[in-house]
Amino acid sequence: MRRAGLTLLVGLAVIAFGVVLARLRLNPYLYFAGYVILQYVVIATAWNILGGYAGYVNFGTPAFFALGAYTAVFLIRSMKAPLPVLILAGGLVAALLGLGIGYLTLRLRGTFFSIATLALSVVLQTMIINWEYVGGSRGISVIRPPGPPFGNYVVFLFTVMLALAVMAVLTARFIERSWIGRGLAALRDNEEAAECMGVPTLRLKLFATTVSGFLLGVAGAPFPYYVTFVEPNSAFNLDYAVNALAMPMIGGTTTWIGPVIGAVLLGSAQQLATVTISSEMNLFIVGVVLVAFVVLAPEGILGLVRRLRAR
Amino acid sequence: MSGSLLEVDGVVKRFGGFTALNRVTLHVKPGERFGLIGPNGSGKTTLINCVSGSLHADEGRIRFAGQDITTLPPHRRTRLGIARSFQIPKPFTSMTVADNLGIPLEYAGHARHGGGAEAADILRDIGLEPKAHLRPAGLTQIEMRKLELARAMAARPKLLISDEAMAGLSSAEVDDILAILFRLSSQGITIIMIEHIMRAVMRFSERIVVLDAGERIAEGTPDEIVRNPAVEKAYLGE
Repeated sequence: MRRAGLTLLVGLAVIAFGVVLARLRLNPYLYFAGYVILQYVVIATAWNILGGYAGYVNFGTPAFFALGAYTAVFLIRSMKAPLPVLILAGGLVAALLGLGIGYLTLRLRGTFFSIATLALSVVLQTMIINWEYVGGSRGISVIRPPGPPFGNYVVFLFTVMLALAVMAVLTARFIERSWIGRGLAALRDNEEAAECMGVPTLRLKLFATTVSGFLLGVAGAPFPYYVTFVEPNSAFNLDYAVNALAMPMIGGTTTWIGPVIGAVLLGSAQQLATVTISSEMNLFIVGVVLVAFVVLAPEGILGLVRRLRAR
Repeated sequence: MSGSLLEVDGVVKRFGGFTALNRVTLHVKPGERFGLIGPNGSGKTTLINCVSGSLHADEGRIRFAGQDITTLPPHRRTRLGIARSFQIPKPFTSMTVADNLGIPLEYAGHARHGGGAEAADILRDIGLEPKAHLRPAGLTQIEMRKLELARAMAARPKLLISDEAMAGLSSAEVDDILAILFRLSSQGITIIMIEHIMRAVMRFSERIVVLDAGERIAEGTPDEIVRNPAVEKAYLGE
């Protein structure tokens, strides 16, 4: 219990540090880029709860992210709902979708589950394209609320995303170290054996897909205020699917810190490449790094460190 | 019939047009050492899958300790006291041997935080203690079989189903596993042994049921089974 308190304290310290950063009024680009990296910390952590802990690879990250973003768009347009409401609602709607794909695991395992999640993204994007109220295929402009804290809305969103990242990481860490995490690891290793050893596999899978979906939706909910113009191609971007998978793989999928390491490294590299080389270099970098890791260090950076230590 | 721990009544299981089990009935008494034999493809593992819950019977009822379990999911049956080992070992590969036992201890045996001390006790009993901190990939064939049995024991079962725990082992290793099963039986655990190694089943079982092509063709003591002409026909043909 005391250790849990300590973890919470570290989390709060990170948020406090973020607030200090926000007050420093550094180069605005740093907050702008920092937001994206933190957003990827949330996405990678969320993906890993299902993909890393339970072993169900989800290619449908854009669907969950965009569902969070478009729920926010809908609530902004219909009732000018405040940001906390947008985040909560975005998370809950995406959690429902997560629960839905959880039931898919009853019939679909391995690659077939992954293909289904990929299709999910396509179906959802088609629906949004045909829904005029949230902008359809043309997209929609969103006006940020006036008078944000720290005098600048992007700086404010940076601290919000930092708090969300801390929450996501703490959630993942708690799950990993509880009986739920041990049960998920068992079903990842062998689902039939886990079920026969008393693990309620369906219930744990539904839990994992729902929590993962919730956090992915949460990551997407502030997106409309961040970009101020939302259109299907950016909200359903393939980048999210690739990064969500690549970042945990590069960091290490079996522990909470893996996705964080992967997101910070890969996210920073992408931001650097965007300004110094070109914005098209993003996915190229991810692709090369991912192939290198899958071949040379299949257990990610953490696995690499562990292997070197064992020598 | 009361007084039975496990009652399988008229169980039918079909896969498409193929009937794998045709109205199979068998009763196992508490504390019994029960043998289930039959040629390849006779439905032994299918029957065990129906009992453990991996498959659902199309017809018939299964009762355990007086409770109807026909439609319960596998994890609920394990918590009631049915544990099994797998013919092809299915260890949790990312965990140490001790943590493999932690899963059933925590989920079916009501231990807290993986039940470290209890896992050590079981591993000592079964002779795997020196390997407790290895991953299953570092185990030999017989150690893998022992891990299967140890993990099933960690669920604290009333009924242990051993699905071909000895296939492919050497004669000395078979005796090793047999001794473990005898010891578990003396602790009051009911055991169903599925096995092709006749020497082992005949020595171990108090009562044997023979399946052939999804039908129950014989039941009796090992001596009666050996002399049964129908059993001989099933194994050797006319």
